[in-house]
Amino acid sequence: MRQVIIIGSGPAGFTAAIYAARANLEPLVVASSVEVGGELMNTTDVENFPGFPDGIQGPELMEKMQKQAERFGAEVLYDDVVELDLAGAVKTVKLGSGAVHEASSVIFATGSAYRKLGLPGEERLSGRGVSWCATCDGFFFRERTIAVVGGGDSAMEEATFLTRFASKVYVIHRKDSLRASKIMQERAFANEKIEFVWNTQVVDILGEDAVTGVLLRSTVDGSTRELPLEGLFVAIGNDPRTHLVHGKLELTPEGTIWVHGRSSRTSEPGVFAAGDVVDPTYRQAVTAAGSGTVAALDAEHFLAALEQSGEPQVAEAIEIATETPSRATDQAETGVPAA
Amino acid sequence: MTAKATTSATWEQDVLQAEGPVLVDFWAAWCGPCRMVAPILDEIQADNPDKITVLKLNVDENPDLAMKYQITSIPAMKVFNKGQVQTTIIGAKPKYAIEQDLAAYLA
Repeated sequence: MRQVIIIGSGPAGFTAAIYAARANLEPLVVASSVEVGGELMNTTDVENFPGFPDGIQGPELMEKMQKQAERFGAEVLYDDVVELDLAGAVKTVKLGSGAVHEASSVIFATGSAYRKLGLPGEERLSGRGVSWCATCDGFFFRERTIAVVGGGDSAMEEATFLTRFASKVYVIHRKDSLRASKIMQERAFANEKIEFVWNTQVVDILGEDAVTGVLLRSTVDGSTRELPLEGLFVAIGNDPRTHLVHGKLELTPEGTIWVHGRSSRTSEPGVFAAGDVVDPTYRQAVTAAGSGTVAALDAEHFLAALEQSGEPQVAEAIEIATETPSRATDQAETGVPAA
Repeated sequence: MTAKATTSATWEQDVLQAEGPVLVDFWAAWCGPCRMVAPILDEIQADNPDKITVLKLNVDENPDLAMKYQITSIPAMKVFNKGQVQTTIIGAKPKYAIEQDLAAYLA
């Protein structure tokens, strides 16, 4: 049996692995089969990760984090978790290959998944003009007219990046102002190829085998119009990836995994959560890495107590019982659930 | 046996004139998900050397073919049989999911 299994391989998962490995916990990292490295694998320049004054490419940063974790003895598995049993002293993690791993503790760092528009044509035209990844697919839209849906940092980053290829990039946003950071907004505003379509929702994606346009509706007066396009990039946010722990761990009203105060301790003793899956607010590579650190230190503490007493379940259970009623206050005081 | 590369120059004989089914992986160096799929396709080729031929086509170096087959998202995997596209798989997937998509050829 392992001491700790880490599920996820973004900044939270790999940072947790670095700390856990340096603490001689020999962590097993279930990194997923095709999404190793997480969301940063789909970004280009990362300019806000401290220590890289000239910026670093997202995939390179993740490769470095993985190497750093492996250097200290973390074992990385390229497989997906299909089932979890988190109750009790022995946690079991079942993988896509059929292998089952056991551990005394689990760090859950599965991040978040792209949010979909929820429109009928979206699935059918996915990969046929509808995309969630500008860096993957932008190349194929040279001299085409395309649109980005969204108003956050990732929408601005995608729109700006896509002007390298496309002749015209519309940014469709349902409000009249952006929630993107100032620097990203200014870059997009200064770009001649980008045109903003404010107060507007995409209500249908048009096209049979390929995107030919979108149907737009004004959020002000409800009027509709068609906009001819060859590509639609969706950047309307992310949802925490919690499907593996539904009914097993408590969630917050925002849908993230609930944790005790500023710790990473979930509602299940020995199970810790870190990164975007606990953070509905900040969602940065750096905050995720910090959150991974917290989880590794919490797991280390838990395992040390386990070794010392042999009966940590009881102590842990009492702690939960006393903390449970104050959850609402915890959140009210900090403004946000602990990240 | 791992997947070999094909190009616009060899496309006709490698893919269109090939005898059995040929899976072409449209990829590029800058595509993170492509890097995840590449070793999976190598494994599928190694597991099934007689059933399917797996080839890789770099879309940066062969944009004519990417355009001809209307690639707008990679990784894109297309199975050609007797010169026709029979199956299209878009996006990185785990090995078992790709094997499911290719079940008709791997049986």
